[in-house]
Amino acid sequence: MAERAPDRVVIIGGGQAGCQAAASLRQLGHAGEIVIIAEEPDAPYQRPPLSKAYLKGEIEAERLLIRPESFYAEERIELRLGERVTAIDRAARRVTTDAEQGEAGLGYNALIIATGTRPRRLAAPGAGLGGVFELRTRADVERLKPALKPGERLCVVGAGYIGLETAAAARALGCEVTVIEAMDRVLSRVAGEELSAFFANEHRSRGVQLRLGARLEAFEGAGSVSGVRLAGGEVIGCDVVIVGVGVIANDEIAREAGLVCDDGIVVDRAQRTSDAAVFAIGDVARRPLVHFGDRMMRLESVHNAIEGGKIAAAAILGAPHPAEDAPWFWSDQYDLKLQTAGLWTGADATVVRGDPAERSFAVFYLQAGRLIAVDAVNAAPEYIVGKKLVSLGAMVAPGELADKSVAMKDIAARALART
Amino acid sequence: MPKITFIDAARETRTVEAKNGMSVMETAIKNNVPGIDADCGGACACATCHVQVHPDWIAKVGSPGSMEQSMLDFAEGVTEFSRLSCQIKVTDALDGLVVTTPESQH
Repeated sequence: MAERAPDRVVIIGGGQAGCQAAASLRQLGHAGEIVIIAEEPDAPYQRPPLSKAYLKGEIEAERLLIRPESFYAEERIELRLGERVTAIDRAARRVTTDAEQGEAGLGYNALIIATGTRPRRLAAPGAGLGGVFELRTRADVERLKPALKPGERLCVVGAGYIGLETAAAARALGCEVTVIEAMDRVLSRVAGEELSAFFANEHRSRGVQLRLGARLEAFEGAGSVSGVRLAGGEVIGCDVVIVGVGVIANDEIAREAGLVCDDGIVVDRAQRTSDAAVFAIGDVARRPLVHFGDRMMRLESVHNAIEGGKIAAAAILGAPHPAEDAPWFWSDQYDLKLQTAGLWTGADATVVRGDPAERSFAVFYLQAGRLIAVDAVNAAPEYIVGKKLVSLGAMVAPGELADKSVAMKDIAARALART
Repeated sequence: MPKITFIDAARETRTVEAKNGMSVMETAIKNNVPGIDADCGGACACATCHVQVHPDWIAKVGSPGSMEQSMLDFAEGVTEFSRLSCQIKVTDALDGLVVTTPESQH
């Protein structure tokens, strides 16, 4: 029987969000037990480098770790790795797991669900062939790395961030790369047309074959993949495929427990679910965004993971609600650093500042005169100021933004005076 | 191995061993030094690993690159001794380095 520990916080999931929640609980003075139950065998690690520096072999596994292994013992955070939570009994405040040894049931006073997402899989025939990979975990990368040898032909399915970062890394590794995208532009879900055109051009100039508006019909090959067939019948020969077509929220365990879900676990501003003792954070949570009129969104980002962890920890301990940042994100491709803040959907105007041909520029997204998002390529001032103005809902003047002779500092000052 | 001393906002001092090639930020995280968030993990994308380099060391540490300088231009509490610790690489020449971490990175 699992005892009910009045001061135990159980965290399901050991990614960036779960790890942050544990660290924040201790920082804020939680004295009771903290238990992280995570399916992956690794201690919490950073995922962003998986499709960038780690894939290219520039950093070793140890440098992915969010905290050193000693941190968990020192902070009395119990890591139960390689273990899966099978059910949440909300009435008894208890989770059960598939632990083969020891206690398979664990009581909680507060529960944090940080189960993240998993890659969406294509239903196309041949999706199970050898040489077809996805990229979410370190284990995925360990499987993929030996396949990305110089001269190998890689086909990336999906031109989102994961697909394009992987394509850039594979080019650096000497692979021949084709990217297949169903929409008519790259990054269509996350950015406006100006940014799409820039990145498409960059990838092409680096030798990537971009196939836009291409519908994948099947993976071909016997045992191992030898090509992908597009609608219309064309076959693109390849030795390796990476599928990056979005993710699915791992919210099943919450749904089975009767928590309100809607493509993710629905939470309030304190990251609290429909059960006051249960919180959800990170990629799996659908939360109100304070800078966007409390629009309910599921965000897949480090910023969201860290912020959610801090907010849930504070709510559990009755500490002050941490200030929220405007959503931010970054992507490294070749020698380009894209930094983005805010949410661009709903924009009624865009302003480009700088010349994309110079490979340092920004796209500002406006809605009714307010700045709602910025995408900055090798343009840190535009990003930093943009993020601040987005979080303040500042009114901006398109003419000023477009004028490189007006410094971002001055734009900020004028916007704040106007708002 | 080079030693680095971190002084936090409460003037508490921690001296830890660093490894050549790692960043000062990574050294802090590895040793559970408080006051450095490093949300982006060292990608120079978030400016949450801001430190003040001790004046005696600033010449050896050097000045920020252009991307880092731009990030610092808009961070809180920046001085002529400010650096993003993810962009300072540990070498033997930095043995004995002293940096101060702020009260908050946000």
